[in-house]
Amino acid sequence: MADRPSPPDWPATAAVAGRGQGRPLLLEEPLSFWGGYDAAAGRIVEASHPQHGQSLIGRVMLMASAKGSSSSSSVLAEAIRNGTGPAAIVMRERDLIVGLGCIVASELYGIHVPVLVVACEVWEDMAERSKGASPDWGITADGCGECSVRMIDPMTERSTAIAQGE
Amino acid sequence: MRILVRSAELMGARRLLDIESAHIDGCLYHGQASLDFVERLVASGGKVVVPTTLNVGSLDLIHPELFQGDAGTKSQAQRLMQAHIELGCASTFTCAPYQGPNRPRLGQQIAWAESNAIVFANSVLGARTNRYGDFMDLCAALTGRAPYCGLHVDENRRGQIVFALQDFPQERAGRDIWFAALGLFTGGATGSAIPVFTGLPLDTSEDELKALGAACASTGAVGMFHAVGITPEAGTLKQALGGLSAAATITVTRAMLNQTRAGLSRAKPGDRLAAVSVGTPHFSLAEFDQLLQLLGSAAAKPSIDFYANTSRYILWELEQSSRASKLRDLGITLVTDTCTYITPVMRQTQGLIMTNSGKWAHYAPANIGVEVAFGSLRECVLSAVEGRLVLDDHG
Repeated sequence: MADRPSPPDWPATAAVAGRGQGRPLLLEEPLSFWGGYDAAAGRIVEASHPQHGQSLIGRVMLMASAKGSSSSSSVLAEAIRNGTGPAAIVMRERDLIVGLGCIVASELYGIHVPVLVVACEVWEDMAERSKGASPDWGITADGCGECSVRMIDPMTERSTAIAQGE
Repeated sequence: MRILVRSAELMGARRLLDIESAHIDGCLYHGQASLDFVERLVASGGKVVVPTTLNVGSLDLIHPELFQGDAGTKSQAQRLMQAHIELGCASTFTCAPYQGPNRPRLGQQIAWAESNAIVFANSVLGARTNRYGDFMDLCAALTGRAPYCGLHVDENRRGQIVFALQDFPQERAGRDIWFAALGLFTGGATGSAIPVFTGLPLDTSEDELKALGAACASTGAVGMFHAVGITPEAGTLKQALGGLSAAATITVTRAMLNQTRAGLSRAKPGDRLAAVSVGTPHFSLAEFDQLLQLLGSAAAKPSIDFYANTSRYILWELEQSSRASKLRDLGITLVTDTCTYITPVMRQTQGLIMTNSGKWAHYAPANIGVEVAFGSLRECVLSAVEGRLVLDDHG
């Protein structure tokens, strides 16, 4: 166990505080939640989107930048309320419309989905490692500012659990 | 106020600024969260402190009989619109508040939502707003404050990527569609950078800039553009770029825009149409005059449903001048307070629907499950008369 390389911790900045864990989902193009995400069904519905038909439920969503309608905040907040939203959001460019959806869901419903912003080179690495069968990623950001994204090694998790007598 | 401060923190703004008007996008019903937010503000006695206009809702309150959705959604959507009025917002219900009275002036700080209105206010009017979304817009209206950052600040309004138009159509007739196509192309290419257009016709109208901005903001995170020689902060290319050099220059040809058009629709000339929808963003008086002129010179009345979305303010003006009855006699269904692609008002949503709006063409397929055909207003009218898709030769 000791010789397993430890998975990376990526440095990030929390734009919206919260905690989330899940498998990563890379959106290869920006998504406008309004008109692009069905918050009732939990599915990407923009026909020309590369991730069309996929769900964000329980995923750490990676989207480099945002696009489109300012109604997206509402759709995102509604998705979070409805349990059809992502577990966490990681972006390369800060976006108020995406951030607000999460802030309002946290204020109204006490569900705290974090939004993190990462530097370009970190983004590239994350995007690369999100592909294929990735383990869960975990984010704990109890305030705005510096934090990190952890790739959770399923082996380590289990060994920790055993060590804790669970 | 807590949401406002958390948003300021999110955007890295160190202080708030005073705003002079707000435009609220939150009256369109997106589910329970929309209503929960506003009801909490109504219950705590909230009132807006600056002149505040409202974006489209999910219902046409003037023509409620047009609504074809379920009764539960209808009553929630109606309550949402009403709750905003109780907060002191004006019952404008338009995505084009810049076509009403008291529009913002050059340099004024405002907090507007609705992506096309944001672009128009920043680019065409020279007022200053960030891309506010639902919730934040209302927080700003209730407090009269907004985070001092982004497009509120001089140095962030500089153009970044030059889109050099080579053979952009100069002749007015049928030109509207090229502005929409250019907007869709640019939004995809520029992302969140501020585009600067060179080579647009110097007689470009406000309605054409409106179509351009709305389409840009559909495919990209565009809050502002500059059109050299046309928009107020772009007297020259140098001014538009704020004295710096462009991050990139992209040459745009008519052939590229034709590709954008082709990518939107698989419809071919001669295909049967179910309906035509125009007025996204809401039609202006000038656009209604063009429509009347085109209808007047057509061989016959439209043979299929023809919808034109507009604001109740413009409708009132149309009623005053008897243009409304003329339009209705010619078979035009006037839709106010909402828009045909966000709510079930069209009688027929099976089959092919034609529009001259880049924004409608971009969103309608996912929103209401229609197939779109995309053409100029003139092509829309000719097609509506024939009941089949008629397109000019775009070679």
